[in-house]
Amino acid sequence: MAERASSQLLPEQAGAAGGLDATEAVSRTRLVARRFVRRRPAVAGLVSLALLFAVAYLGPFVIPWQYDQLDTNAFLSPPSAVHWFGTTQTGFDVFALTMRGLQKSLIVGLLGAVMSTALAAIVGAFSGYLGGTLNTVLLTIIDLLLVLPSFLIIAILSPLFRDHTWLVFVFLLAAFQWMVTARIVRGLTLSLKEREFVTAARFMGVPAWQIIARHILPNMASFLIIDATINVSSLILAEVGLSFFGFGVQPPDVSLGTLIGDNAGAALSYPWEFYFPSGFLVALILAINLVGDGLRDALDPNAVFQGRR
Amino acid sequence: MTAFLLRRLAYLTVLVGVATVVAYFLAATQLNPRSRYEGRNPPPPPAAVDAILDELNLNDKTPVVERFAKWVGGVLRGDLGRTIDSGSVNTEINRRIWVSLRLMLLGSILGTLLGVAAGAYGAIRQYRLSDHLITVSSFVVLAMPTVVLAVLVKNAGIGLNDLLGFTGDWKLLYTTGEITPGMDALSLGGLSNRLAHLVLPTFVLMSGSIAFYSRYQRSAMLDVLGSDFLRTAQAKGLTRPQALVKHALRTALIPMATFFAYQFALLFVGATFTERIFGWHGMGELFVESITKSDVNTVAGVTLLVAVLVLVAGFLSDLVYAALDPRVRV
Amino acid sequence: MTQVNERASGADDSEPLLDVRDLSVSFASEAGVVSAVRSVSYRLRRGEVLGIVGESGSGKSVSSLAVMGLLPPHAKVSGSVRFNGEELLGRSDRELSAIRGSKISMVFQDPLSALTPVYTIGDQLAEAILVHQDVGKDAARRRVIELLTLVGIPNPGQRATAFPHEFSGGMRQRVMIAMVMANNPDVIIADEPTTALDVTIQAQILDVLQTARRATGASLILITHDLGVIAGVADRVAVMYAGKLVELGAVDDVFYRPRMPYTLGLLGSLPRLDDDERRPLTPIEGQPPSLVALPPGCPFVPRCPLRIAKCSEVEPTLDALPRSGAGHSAACHRSGEVEERGLTSSDVFGVTPTPTAPGASQPRAQRATMLEVRDLVKEYPLTKGALFRRRVGTVQAVSGVSFDIRAGETLALVGESGCGKTTTIMEILNLVQPTAGTIVVLGRDTARMSPAQRFAIRRDLQVVFQDPLASLDPRLPIGDILAEPLATHGASAEACTRRARELLELVGLRPEHANRYPAQFSGGQRQRVGIARALALEPKLLVLDEPVSALDVSIRAGVINLLERLKVELSLSYLFVAHDLSVVRHLADRVAVMYLGKIVELGDVGEVFRRPAHPYTQALLSAIPRPDPQIERRRRRIVLGGDPPSPADPPSGCRFRTRCPKYAQELDDEQRRRCVAELPPLEARTGSDDHVDACHYAAVVPVL
Repeated sequence: MAERASSQLLPEQAGAAGGLDATEAVSRTRLVARRFVRRRPAVAGLVSLALLFAVAYLGPFVIPWQYDQLDTNAFLSPPSAVHWFGTTQTGFDVFALTMRGLQKSLIVGLLGAVMSTALAAIVGAFSGYLGGTLNTVLLTIIDLLLVLPSFLIIAILSPLFRDHTWLVFVFLLAAFQWMVTARIVRGLTLSLKEREFVTAARFMGVPAWQIIARHILPNMASFLIIDATINVSSLILAEVGLSFFGFGVQPPDVSLGTLIGDNAGAALSYPWEFYFPSGFLVALILAINLVGDGLRDALDPNAVFQGRR
Repeated sequence: MTAFLLRRLAYLTVLVGVATVVAYFLAATQLNPRSRYEGRNPPPPPAAVDAILDELNLNDKTPVVERFAKWVGGVLRGDLGRTIDSGSVNTEINRRIWVSLRLMLLGSILGTLLGVAAGAYGAIRQYRLSDHLITVSSFVVLAMPTVVLAVLVKNAGIGLNDLLGFTGDWKLLYTTGEITPGMDALSLGGLSNRLAHLVLPTFVLMSGSIAFYSRYQRSAMLDVLGSDFLRTAQAKGLTRPQALVKHALRTALIPMATFFAYQFALLFVGATFTERIFGWHGMGELFVESITKSDVNTVAGVTLLVAVLVLVAGFLSDLVYAALDPRVRV
Repeated sequence: MTQVNERASGADDSEPLLDVRDLSVSFASEAGVVSAVRSVSYRLRRGEVLGIVGESGSGKSVSSLAVMGLLPPHAKVSGSVRFNGEELLGRSDRELSAIRGSKISMVFQDPLSALTPVYTIGDQLAEAILVHQDVGKDAARRRVIELLTLVGIPNPGQRATAFPHEFSGGMRQRVMIAMVMANNPDVIIADEPTTALDVTIQAQILDVLQTARRATGASLILITHDLGVIAGVADRVAVMYAGKLVELGAVDDVFYRPRMPYTLGLLGSLPRLDDDERRPLTPIEGQPPSLVALPPGCPFVPRCPLRIAKCSEVEPTLDALPRSGAGHSAACHRSGEVEERGLTSSDVFGVTPTPTAPGASQPRAQRATMLEVRDLVKEYPLTKGALFRRRVGTVQAVSGVSFDIRAGETLALVGESGCGKTTTIMEILNLVQPTAGTIVVLGRDTARMSPAQRFAIRRDLQVVFQDPLASLDPRLPIGDILAEPLATHGASAEACTRRARELLELVGLRPEHANRYPAQFSGGQRQRVGIARALALEPKLLVLDEPVSALDVSIRAGVINLLERLKVELSLSYLFVAHDLSVVRHLADRVAVMYLGKIVELGDVGEVFRRPAHPYTQALLSAIPRPDPQIERRRRRIVLGGDPPSPADPPSGCRFRTRCPKYAQELDDEQRRRCVAELPPLEARTGSDDHVDACHYAAVVPVL
């Protein structure tokens, strides 16, 4: 009964029939981009994100201070022309520190989210599509990982790798992030599996992995993209939490979490030490959330259109 | 049905068991309680150190499996072992759990109620000013890590005290600890004092919950607002507000039950930060300290406890879901 | 606009109960302003039944929602709706809610989603009463039981405490009708009340609707796309197209003397159950227009064979016809001419001759066997509960089905939901060993196929699905969708593109559109793409799952004709599943009627339809309303009681006995014992070897 729209008064459907007179085939990406651009908060988020990226990576080239460089002439000095964000108790430049921390957060967020969502998509899709023993095994693994105390495990393991690359830490964070998404992907796969275009492909003789790659995963792309954006902010916050208590990024390296943790107590007396890092953190998360929300609206426009506002 | 529930319970118990085992083994093999004793000045003789560690079941020379067996034996008797400072884990936890629970329960209940109300209201008034305000504030609050929010609120509280002239011992809003030392917790004065201490940290915890629930409730409400049964309710003769509250809201509440367990876990993490900032001596502080202090037994004990609590919360949310949605009842 | 003088038959002459004038509704959308309803006017008198007919996008539902005041707030409504002399448009929500449910009530299409899932049936019914009447809870409860009894729900006291998901579709719709009757309204609006239901249940519900009318004395507005239902129920008919009323008149006038080309085309394109030979269908080319930025003039112009220059410039108004009986009006510049010359649909739309298959003359027994199914059984474990899954029984979806298909032949499996027809074809398509029985596809037993053989057979066995929207991956362009089967079986990219173009032409689409997405095509075109995809590998046997039921009525004829043409051109055999017997009559050579997992009658389609032997076949044929008012008024209907039993717990012996009218009314106790104890075998009892049925006491009753 696809044609009879009784309760759904969505005029979009009325516009689709007979739309063959359109001169260009509008690709879905372009349609999504158009919808995204219409929402001002989403665009603001995207622009802010780009700016934060630029500042984080180009900023350190603009100032003469490195993040691990001491200025013995200025301890705990408030923001000035020399030190834009002031200095810490030991003489580190807060701007340099903040930018270094910002870089960390960006890497954690983006790399971690990609890893996490990719893993969730593959595990969830194969588990849901193939079913059987594979499904049971994967579900048990998921349940197990959900139950394990991730905070504890990362807290204990991460300092062990302090001599190696800190990317192990990112990997650990991502490893504990993908489970809930995987279950949802599995649920979506189960319902997509019953859709007729999947059955049609099956009856053509298309092998299972091809069906998953060509039909199943692309049709949940909107969910995966939105989930990835949520993962970005979750991972950044998880890193902040761990580093705050000293379990994440280890000295002498800094992250926004270590900065906040070290300087939370000093917030009243030396506000620049605390508020600059936390301000940038909040701005980053806010920008990501705005972009995520904008993407969700652009990909699944179920909201009633009420004309330009 | 009971057979099935029992099977599920067994499965969950196994999961809790695995979590605890992993926590114990990890902590026992990677943490170093010995260093806490050896690091003193002057360093005690090795034999004495060994003796103490043996007594506390923290000796890294004993095989892990043996230590684990001893610990499990204790747990089955209800004794979670000894802390690294020769105290009892049970006592420590007993002291602190109610501190945390007081904070969390109030925050979660208030947060859920207000969040659901805000979300429903925002959905009904979609795109009007009130919806925008709620959405924007939710966004900003959700973008703030709990610790940042806690510091802001604490400093705002201090600022407010100063503004209103409460510079002495007696303040309107307290920012440290659970109660002013020396006051009787159960007296009228004591209760109001505790309330004054409770306000700010609860506000911090609540905000996260409100922001979370309001966004999800709003989208659940929006999903329901277009549904057929709402139209039927109006066709029967209910006015739109009546139909919204009686039919839409009630149905939109169902998905919130699934978030309950998830929220509980998040709340625990949030409480850890709040306790640190506001100086409450709760479970979160205990947990973090125990890692830093290499207090293996406490680490294992707290993990066990939290795993049980999270699973109970999950079970509860299943029950609440079944209570709200007759379609899943067996 | 000319005043239309309307005198309905059998209704009284006074002030109309509902007077709609120039009702217009529009919405803003991403594509532009959608004019869903454009200047619609009609009148409803006391005691009258008005049928509003139209396809998707015609605006029939939106106009009724506007009358009720149930449109979303961003809809722009203009015009006038007067109920008992009082204006309804523009009134506040509070005032309107006093009228809704007590004076004007509405029944909606899908009863599952129309009832709130978290409250019991009894509570929801009581709410309908308590909102308008100031009676106590007990009085309301009593009235609820009374209403449930009136609509025919057994055990009303107990059933009132159940939740909506525990009822079947037919029962839920009865509850909706009870809700509508609760306050004795003056007007009942029924928006596609039976579209989501099986045909025998539909017959029951139409009866219940009549009961409701009698009990409340209300007038009825029945909105549907099914012309057969209208023919049986309505006094007056309004035909809507692209948001406008294009024809309005007494039911006999509109059905026997249509004057607007759209109505003519619609009636001519319907496949009829009582067609003696294969009457060629006259399809209406094209599809309904988009309601955004409609060009000036008549919206039917792109599809109308009678169009002249004036039609594209000036939109015709609904005017009374000069010669017809009073009360018949049409919106067409040339309707006067149509009337004068007495034009029929074949005159206006032309006739496409039915192609004849070359091998049709060869007797059945001598043709090659494409598919043979012997004693097929398929069972599923029954699990209950969404949170806690556990096995509580076995669903016997298919319990011993046997049939075969010869080269060039079309076999139709018919039956209602739960009969196992879809499970049967899925079993065949899966090419695996069934729970029991054998399936032999093109000479190969599925139980003994290697994966390589299975893969090879797939070239010759293809499928077309029911829902064209769901059977095409929305993210792939049409060209890729068509190329997929070819690429999977080893064709080069170049060969794929070439064949894709060929296929598009074969099904009547433009090859240049291969890079477009499914969403940009209409439903009928999408179904053609689905058919093209199925033909890509040049199969011998095509399985079709309800190929036209998801399409608009005016589009169906085109797709049916296409399937017929392809069958002859490409020497195909078809196995198709349908619940619409009129389509079956048109397309199939042989038919198998299924009930609860078993075949109850099998034979040549003309033979079975003209001389049905099994009581279920007779009831099924009787339940289908025909688009012919005189036949509908006269004929005797066989209405089955109750709901079909659950396939997890079928009755012993003959599975149909719990609803069988013969069992209930004609047999004596001795004979009944046989029905309970003995499963009737599928045998030829009516004289013709080819026509078999499964009833101990089969007797031919010509229903048509």
